[in-house]
Amino acid sequence: MHRKRRSRRELYNKEICACSIFGAMNREGGRFTGEGVMKAIASMRVRGNGLGGGFAAYGIYPDHRDLYAFHLMFTGSTDPARRAAKKELEAHLSRKFDVYFDEEIPTDDSVFVRDPPLLWRYFVLPRKEGDDAATADEDYIVGEIMAVNTRIENAYVFSSGKNMGCFKGVGYPEEIGEYFMLDRLYRAHTWTVHGRFPTNTQAWWGGAHPFGLLDTTVVHNGEVSSYGTNRWYLEMYGYACTLQTDTEVIAYAADLLMRRQRLPIDVVAKILAPPIWNAIDRMDEKEKKLLTTLRMAYGPLLMNGPFAVIIGETGRMIGLTDRIRLRPLTAATKGEMFYISSEEASIRLISPKLDRVWTPKGGEPVIGEIKSMNRMKRVC
Amino acid sequence: MRSFVFPEFSIIRDEERCGSCRGCERQCAFGVHTYDPVTDRLTSDEQKCAGCQRCAIFCPEKAIVVRPSPSFYRPNASWSREKIEDLKRQAETGGVLLTGCGSDKPFRIYWDHIVLNASQVTNPSIDPLREPMELRTFLGRKPDMLDIRAEDGDVEIRTEISPNLTVETPILFSAMSYGAISYNAFRSLATAACRSGTYFNTGEGGLPREMRDEFGRCAIVQVASGRFGIDAEYLNCAQAVEIKVGQGAKPGIGGHLPGEKVSLAVAETRMIPQGTDAISPAPHHDIYSIEDLSTLITALKEVTNYEKPISVKIAAVHNFAAIASGIVRAGADIIAIDGLRGGTGAAPKAIRDNVGIPTELAISSLDRRLREEGIRNQCSIIAAGGIRCSSDVVKAIALGADAVYIGSAALIAMGCTLCQKCYTGKCNWGICTQDPRLSGRLNVEIASTRLSNLISAWSHEIREMLGGMGINALESLRGNRDHLRGVGLYEWELDVLGIKGAGE
Amino acid sequence: MAKAFVLEPGVRAGPSGGMGAAVIDAASLETRELNDRLRELMLSGARRVQISNVCGQRYIGTRLYTPERLKMEIEVLGTAGNDLAAFLSGHKITVHGNAQDGVGNTMDSGEVIVRGRAGDVLGFSMRGGEIYIRDGCGYRAALHMKEYQGKRPVLVVGGGCQDFLGEYMAGGVVIVLDLEGEIHDASFIGTGMHGGVIYLRGTVEGSQVGDQVDISPAEEADMEVLEVYVSRFLERFPEVETTKEEILASPFTRLTPRSKRPYGGLYAY
Repeated sequence: MHRKRRSRRELYNKEICACSIFGAMNREGGRFTGEGVMKAIASMRVRGNGLGGGFAAYGIYPDHRDLYAFHLMFTGSTDPARRAAKKELEAHLSRKFDVYFDEEIPTDDSVFVRDPPLLWRYFVLPRKEGDDAATADEDYIVGEIMAVNTRIENAYVFSSGKNMGCFKGVGYPEEIGEYFMLDRLYRAHTWTVHGRFPTNTQAWWGGAHPFGLLDTTVVHNGEVSSYGTNRWYLEMYGYACTLQTDTEVIAYAADLLMRRQRLPIDVVAKILAPPIWNAIDRMDEKEKKLLTTLRMAYGPLLMNGPFAVIIGETGRMIGLTDRIRLRPLTAATKGEMFYISSEEASIRLISPKLDRVWTPKGGEPVIGEIKSMNRMKRVC
Repeated sequence: MRSFVFPEFSIIRDEERCGSCRGCERQCAFGVHTYDPVTDRLTSDEQKCAGCQRCAIFCPEKAIVVRPSPSFYRPNASWSREKIEDLKRQAETGGVLLTGCGSDKPFRIYWDHIVLNASQVTNPSIDPLREPMELRTFLGRKPDMLDIRAEDGDVEIRTEISPNLTVETPILFSAMSYGAISYNAFRSLATAACRSGTYFNTGEGGLPREMRDEFGRCAIVQVASGRFGIDAEYLNCAQAVEIKVGQGAKPGIGGHLPGEKVSLAVAETRMIPQGTDAISPAPHHDIYSIEDLSTLITALKEVTNYEKPISVKIAAVHNFAAIASGIVRAGADIIAIDGLRGGTGAAPKAIRDNVGIPTELAISSLDRRLREEGIRNQCSIIAAGGIRCSSDVVKAIALGADAVYIGSAALIAMGCTLCQKCYTGKCNWGICTQDPRLSGRLNVEIASTRLSNLISAWSHEIREMLGGMGINALESLRGNRDHLRGVGLYEWELDVLGIKGAGE
Repeated sequence: MAKAFVLEPGVRAGPSGGMGAAVIDAASLETRELNDRLRELMLSGARRVQISNVCGQRYIGTRLYTPERLKMEIEVLGTAGNDLAAFLSGHKITVHGNAQDGVGNTMDSGEVIVRGRAGDVLGFSMRGGEIYIRDGCGYRAALHMKEYQGKRPVLVVGGGCQDFLGEYMAGGVVIVLDLEGEIHDASFIGTGMHGGVIYLRGTVEGSQVGDQVDISPAEEADMEVLEVYVSRFLERFPEVETTKEEILASPFTRLTPRSKRPYGGLYAY
């Protein structure tokens, strides 16, 4: 793919896409198949155009729960090209990781999808040698993913967390779900889904959502008009923006702020979608100082323009819109279930009676958490 | 506050010729000319002069010459007179600089760097006076293929064709709203469109009810962010509906029709109270994303029972080709792109002169983009912004447009001199004003005849140029860059235009 | 007054369906198919239609314009999709359930009743007719609502509204009852407002409201307007357990534009 090449004039093409997003979580940790979320996202078909769909599923690999699950796509135009990319990737992988188990990601070939790549998954642990020995596992993995995605032609790591996985491709999301047999083969406690309406059509499987690093994934509706600014800032921290889409900057920003800098989600929301100065000026001194400092320090990570995102993590699902809520997002609960969607009707379709339905305020995250997964408390 | 700005124009009155008839005084709504009964002479306040030439053209003795003022500041390549005076005006008022008409800045005009082909020997040129020469054009979505069944010699088309507009010449009148322009100017455009087999575009100010029956058949009605004058009858009386997202003169911003222009009749047509500002928000507040546009397109198809093509007009901006591709996928049947030099009744000067890309480059990159994606036939392209003559039309079509919108050209045909003072509401030519005394100067019969004459003259010239190229149907020119060559262009410009250099 | 009601959308006020109402089951219908059926029914003479199992189908009521101005009463059971009643031309639509974004977009005339909540951009550019929402609504309600001669749109919201209520508002009447008893915490109310009036039960801070807006207590004439529409609101939602007197006993805040020309002084000529 041309995504590997960068010219001096930086003629990158950012793709704009809009879409439907959906998320479902069992807050007791109970696992369920992808059938319901496939049905829900299919009901929002008019928000997409069949040029991309994808899922993030958490809790699907309990047998390998302590291994990082890498999902790879090899995208060459011919089978030998794809095999060559796989060979090159595996040579690289075996130098940098202990691969415990690998297999082709099962697909239902009776489902018609356009130009599917070769899809493979590897369950690995880092093998850190020399200077790398002191690097934290997760930093090491992120660095290696960036290396693969920028240097190995036609190989792309699109999922890399533990006990979770992304599944995505070109097609309507329910078709992608059927292709990967998400309604039959996997049970997850949290699902996020994306139906895509890109404004260009290179049938590029990597361009579908979710985007993720490690166990953090993002599905996104909207356009980030600050993309150029966000991108340059993130590149300083070693994130290579290679995917021709503005959504990846949100995923990288989440990784930078939440994983590397260990900021709590409420603070991260205030960085990505800060209150306007007018509101800040009216706050009490302590809050004013916090928000002023955040905007001074993290101004380049303000995600400007309309967006609604669902950020997934192990044990947590977060919905967030831009600060003036230019994209729709509805949240709902029913018993232990927690839902986030672009439209209420798609939630009602799979759960007609709801305990509560509401539209979160712009810039204020809605968070669902699995109680039993007591995440390490991250302090500011 | 005393203004430190020079008058822009000098008015020279030939006192020998002047008969003190006071015609100039009556003609000028800006109040430049005043009669002094003591001396029986006319004097001029040059500070007020817009340079519209109404007085000079209407002076029976040809006694008046209006020309740019020779006054100057010390010459300075960085600080031109315009920059200095704009700055002074803002220091004096604290306001946003407003202007009218398309940008007058010296951006490269690609039309003037492109030359056309003609047949010599290997292919006969065609004489349009005696041979068939077809300009009829269909605007709208075309199917990828037709499902045709032939049984017993009876051929039946199973594919349902989307609604299309039929134009007899590829020139349409661009959106100019009633309110921005006078009723007479608006009606002249409608009359000429119907007479010339083409369409006028209502702009965002609605369509007066009494015009709907007579002119609906040659109207494209617009739905803009202000949603003025829109009801189901308005949408259904026309032949197509256009969603205005952007305009070449002011991409990304909205507009305010000032309350003083919202006369009773304008208010009725826009369906708002008289005298309120008619505010068009910068975005459509029901469109914050491409799938929202898709929603509005479908809503308009629903309300018109899927009987009208839906056009989406956008300004040509950096990433517009990708956006346009999304718009086609969102269901638009026509895309109108308006380039950097597109006109306006009022725009902030900072926006007009700095935002957007030239029409010529935009047409080519849009056409290429849609072809590359295999969806070019799913929509038609109407190009707008800086079309000045028939050869511009031919070049636009050869670069990939299906038809063009003309705005400024149509206004000039009616008398406009591009004085850029449209926003004052004092148009001496009766075009861009709601003052009945001024708009009465524009005679609908005469103005519509001037417009029809223009369309007919251009159409004839287009036929001549086509004939020269050995083409007798306009569709054979569309996207046919073989017939274009560039002169004096950089390689990247030739690349974007998709044309060879002259002699290549 | 707090917690006057907490209801599942659509419950306790079953649709009347009743005599002579045509019925459409929308369970397996796409948007366009549903609207095809509605139009066919109207053209074949039906004047009352009940649509069951609606779940996200859009533009209900939009394709019902005819030059003869035929009118229908439509009952929607379920969750109505986006752009419910867009460009609506004289029909009456009752939703027994929630509605999504864009209810009454550029609505011309008629009536919409939502026995539940509505999403964002409710009543956008609405120019006539009446909308009653039993519960709350999302962002940007009544944006650029306008009035014209005899047409004066009315929007009554039983719950609360989110930010940008009445942005660019150019006419019409908006009443926010906030019956759920939460204090109005919306911001940017009435920014760019240059016509019409907004009544809020309770009070708002100046900082929540646009610079172009005057805040004053509702006066006697305003209370007359409120009385009319609060009565109509309660007639439409008998399940709301409160009385007109109780509602009207609370103080109401009136928001009106300072000028018909909010941006008159912006330019250097």
